[in-house]
Amino acid sequence: MKIRIPKILFVIGSLLSAYPSFAQDDLTALLGDVKEKPSPVSATFKTTRIVNGHSIEGVAKGVMDIKISHRFGRLNQGAVDLFGLDNAYIRIGADYGLTDNITIGMGRSSVDKEYDGYAKVKLLKQKDHGGSPIAISYVVAMSLKAFRTPVGETFVLADRICYTHQVLFAKKVNKALSVQLTPTLVHYNLVDYSLYNNNLLAMGFGARMKVSNRATVNAEYYYVLNKWDNAQTPYTNNFSIGMDIETGGHVFQFMLTNTQAMTERNFIGQTTGQWGKGDIHLGFNLGRVFTVKQPKGFEGSRNSTY
Amino acid sequence: MKKIILIAVVCCLQHFVHAQKFMTRSGQVSFFSSTAVENIEAINNEVACVFDATSGELVFIVPIKSFKFDRALMQEHFNENYLESDQFPKADFKGKIENAAAINYSKDGSTPVKAVGTMTMHGVSQAITVPGTLTLKNGSLTFKAVFKVKNKDYKIVIPSVATNKVAEVVEITVNSLLAPLKK
Repeated sequence: MKIRIPKILFVIGSLLSAYPSFAQDDLTALLGDVKEKPSPVSATFKTTRIVNGHSIEGVAKGVMDIKISHRFGRLNQGAVDLFGLDNAYIRIGADYGLTDNITIGMGRSSVDKEYDGYAKVKLLKQKDHGGSPIAISYVVAMSLKAFRTPVGETFVLADRICYTHQVLFAKKVNKALSVQLTPTLVHYNLVDYSLYNNNLLAMGFGARMKVSNRATVNAEYYYVLNKWDNAQTPYTNNFSIGMDIETGGHVFQFMLTNTQAMTERNFIGQTTGQWGKGDIHLGFNLGRVFTVKQPKGFEGSRNSTY
Repeated sequence: MKKIILIAVVCCLQHFVHAQKFMTRSGQVSFFSSTAVENIEAINNEVACVFDATSGELVFIVPIKSFKFDRALMQEHFNENYLESDQFPKADFKGKIENAAAINYSKDGSTPVKAVGTMTMHGVSQAITVPGTLTLKNGSLTFKAVFKVKNKDYKIVIPSVATNKVAEVVEITVNSLLAPLKK
C-alpha cells in the first residue's frame, strides 16, 4: 500500500527539525546561576591580631606568619626618653596553620621573660549567599613567666603559669567594616594578693575600617568585669587604636595603646596605663608570611620565586 | 516510501549534527603572571561554558573566587585588592566562534577557531578576539586558547610596591572539555 503525504508536510517537518538559533542570553540562562552556593567570607581582618588581641583570622594550612612586635615606653616619659622610644619591649612569635581551621602559635616576650603558646580553632565560618552571618572561633592560650626568681622568694613552675580562653564572634559587615566581640576568661595560677580573684572576666570589642584596599584603621577595647582593686596603681582597661598596612607578604600594624604587654594575661588583666594621663605606648607588629608546606594540587604549575 | 525514510533520516541527522549544544561546569581557566621576581599561576576548575554548534555562539562564566593560588595570601589579595570579587564575583565571555561552520562534527579532529566577543571582568567590558583550537573527540569538545590580558584595560590597579611581582600583562589559558548537552 502506498501512503500519500502532501509535500508541504515534508517542508514543515524539515523546518521543525532544525532548532531555532539560540541567543546568548538563552545560552547564559542554560548555565543558570553559577556558583551561588555559600562560600566563606575572607579577610575579615588583615592578620591574626586586631591590635594586641586575637582576631578571627588564622593562618592558612602550611603557612607560617613570623611576627616581630615592639611596644615602646610611654609618650609622657618626655623628650629625655625620646617619648618612650628608649624603652622598648619586644615579642618574637610565630603563627602556623596546622590546617585551614586550626592555627597554633608561640612567642616570647621580654616583659616578665614570658613564653606563650596558643591554639585558635575556627568553629563557624561566616558565609555569603545565605550562609552563617557570623564567624565564631575559640582561642586557648597559656603563658609562662620565666623571670629569675627574686632572692628570698619561691615560685614553683605552676605559679608562673596563666591561661586564657576566648570565644571570638566576628562579622565582616561589608567590604570595609568588620567587628568582633570577644568574651574572655583569664586564669592566673598565682595572684599578688589573696583578695585578688584568680579568674578575670573581660569583654573585648574590636573593629576595623578599611581606608584603602591595603590599609585599615583598627580599634580594640577590653573591658574587665571584675578588675582587681589596687589603690596605688589602679588597673585599667586596655584600649588601642591602630593601623594595618599590607604590602603583599607583609602586614605592618602600628598602634597607640595603654599597655606595653603583648600577651592576654597581661594586657587584659594587668594594664595600668591611663590614656588621659598620657600613658600611651607607640608600638608595631610586623608580620611576614612564609609558605612552609606547599599545598597539594599545584604540581607542575609555573609558580616560582627567583 | 523511500522518500519518507530519506526525509526522516535527513531530519534525524539535522538533529544530531546541527542542533547540538555542548556544556560544562568544570572547565579550566588559568592565568599566569611572569616578572623577573616571581611567576604566579592560578587555576580555576569551576568555569561554566556553553557552546551552541548551530549558531556558533559561545559563553564562558568564570567565578573569580574559584581561582586557586598555591599561596593562600595571594588568593586573598587577588580577591580583596585586585579583582574585588565581592563586588564583581564573575568574569564572563559572550561571543561567537566565527568559523563555526568549518567544524566537521562527523569525525574526530582539531579545527583552529577564532572566538570574537565581549569579555567582562572587574566590571569592565572589552571586545576581544581569541584564537584557539576546538577538538572533537568521542562526541565531546575541547576548547583550548591562550591569550593576553592587560590589567589596565580592566581597571585592575597594581600598586607600585607590587609592580615587580605582578605583571602588567597576564596570560590566560583556557582548556575546557564540553560534553554534549542531553535533552
